[in-house]
Amino acid sequence: MAGTLTYVESLRRTLHQLMHENPDVVVLGEDLLDPYGGAFKVTKGLSTHFPERVLATPICEASIIGVATGMALFGIRPIAEIMFGDFMTLAADQLVNHATKYRSMYGEEVSVPLVVRTPMGGGRGYGPTHSQSLEKLFLGIPNLTVVAPSHFHDPGDFLRRASAAEAPVLFVENKLLYPRALRLDGEMGSLRRSEVSNGSGFPSVVLKNYEAPQRADVAVITYGGISRLLEPALQWLTREEIRVVVCVVGALNPLDTDHILDCASESQRVLIIEEGTCPFGWGAEVSAQIYDEMYDTLKAPLKRVGALDTVIPAAKTLEDQVLVSEETIITAVLELIQW
Amino acid sequence: MKMDMALDQLPRAAATGTAQPAAEDTLRHRFYYQMYLIRSVEQELLDLYAQGYIAGTVHTSLGQEACDVGVINALDVPHDIVFSNHRAHGQFITYTDDITGLIAEVMGKKSGVSHGVGGTQHLHKFNMYTNGVQGGIVPNAVGAAAAAKLKATGAIAVVFLGDGTMGQGTVYESFNIASLWSLPILFVLEDNGIAQTTPKHLVHAGNLASRADSFAINSQAIRADDVLKVYAFARAAVDAVRKNQVPFFLTLRTDRLGPHSKGDDTRPEEEIERYRQRDPLRKLGQELSDDERRAIELRVEKHVREAVEQAKNAEPAGFQEFREQWLVH
Repeated sequence: MAGTLTYVESLRRTLHQLMHENPDVVVLGEDLLDPYGGAFKVTKGLSTHFPERVLATPICEASIIGVATGMALFGIRPIAEIMFGDFMTLAADQLVNHATKYRSMYGEEVSVPLVVRTPMGGGRGYGPTHSQSLEKLFLGIPNLTVVAPSHFHDPGDFLRRASAAEAPVLFVENKLLYPRALRLDGEMGSLRRSEVSNGSGFPSVVLKNYEAPQRADVAVITYGGISRLLEPALQWLTREEIRVVVCVVGALNPLDTDHILDCASESQRVLIIEEGTCPFGWGAEVSAQIYDEMYDTLKAPLKRVGALDTVIPAAKTLEDQVLVSEETIITAVLELIQW
Repeated sequence: MKMDMALDQLPRAAATGTAQPAAEDTLRHRFYYQMYLIRSVEQELLDLYAQGYIAGTVHTSLGQEACDVGVINALDVPHDIVFSNHRAHGQFITYTDDITGLIAEVMGKKSGVSHGVGGTQHLHKFNMYTNGVQGGIVPNAVGAAAAAKLKATGAIAVVFLGDGTMGQGTVYESFNIASLWSLPILFVLEDNGIAQTTPKHLVHAGNLASRADSFAINSQAIRADDVLKVYAFARAAVDAVRKNQVPFFLTLRTDRLGPHSKGDDTRPEEEIERYRQRDPLRKLGQELSDDERRAIELRVEKHVREAVEQAKNAEPAGFQEFREQWLVH
């Protein structure tokens, strides 16, 4: 069991395996080469083993994705790294008007097996332009799959699936999760973890602090780096005998609606948590999907929690207040119960 | 990669890249055929637009045919990869010889090369791709060249740019990577001196033709008024790119005889008349005998007439099919 593996080790190991198994896999991005091995060390060791296929690029995010897209059209399976998720804006034209459009705008399916890996998220004091969770800007783009493994997922398995896809995948990692040990066991103290798979091949994880036939007091829908806050929050709630089911979604787009609804139905009080700002975000879409199906059974208004709608400050005393915390989650759960 | 048509089925442009240089007379005939074909199709498209058969837009290559024909004939078609922009009809016709598929596409027909989804700016057949956002295709072409090199296919990539596109940062990012990684790519700048309605001098400082120099990319700038000259320079460039596995930057100074798209030309009539006087199609025609020229023209006109008829009668792109392909998964 990969239980002791960290998030970054899982990704790193899978990159090595993918490059070893398939000579068409090419990894490219900024500062990837050893001995540095990438800003967050996901590619550490890779250039030493595969010097011909690990390509250090200039600082030019648009062209990193542009070059990778051209490679993908002609038989290569590129895995591109954008050093900080904030820099994805520079590559937006390539994803929106090129990589995803080549897939379908010629009236027939053209293969574009492109993976773009990038770390999102704050909590490390990097300040306003190196801490954002901008994935919401890339949701709702036809032909662009967006996935975000949490540390309750196996990120290496996600990467393998992303690399096998014939259409572009935006692969959102999380800076605070990199050093975390993966939590993949079925039983973790009072928590039970199970995986539910949908058609996309990127499973969601369901966490429960209770057992059937009991039902949840609150259902939580979330994804990605928020997973780091779930265990401590759930431990506190368990002590208070509050039953919670959490759906940690694997694919942000296409959305795993069935499993989200299954979880939401465990309780009619639903909390949606995202790392970035809420307005016009992923949680808004999830809310709309839940409302469509459950508008007449909900016992409380759908509640969304995310980062405050402002810049992410560098100072820790400020950043801690702007980002979602264990306390914000607990408070939101309690509010829902009292509604 | 889609190469669903055997090489020997592709007339003219196919296989010229590797063949011995044909006798000049034969080349003149072939090139006049291709240039007159482009000119006739483009004029026909503008007419069809005026008559309401075409919705949306059309960007024509009128006046720039020597660039299209000279460069594409220097390639190993359809092995070599071509990326182009919004003004790609001429290159597409020379690369694929599929005028029926092109006309049908622009008219929104099911039998169009992109099944009516792409339209004039989004064409794909064999290893040619066009896209309408300026500059974005340039790194794509660099990536295609990198793939060709990694997989040792022997293909090169060619990307067509306009002078307007030289304002985009991705062009320079692409120069940098192509040179750094020693990639087999030919950058072709069709410098017609005007971007939509904006003359070059208003938006570009310095000299466009020397832009690639500081990236240690060899370059050449010529006036594209003589297709045989363009072909000769393009062949030399293509051979160098293929043999040495390095990029090359070829600037072709040309004239846009038509509007940017349709009816949006703001240039004075005298200026366009000046360009007409040095029209490369007319120049090449003058090098042929009247009989030779007329015979080619008649052949082309018949071909275009038939293609237009076929496209007019073709079934419009159907939503049912589109929905099945793109909305139900």
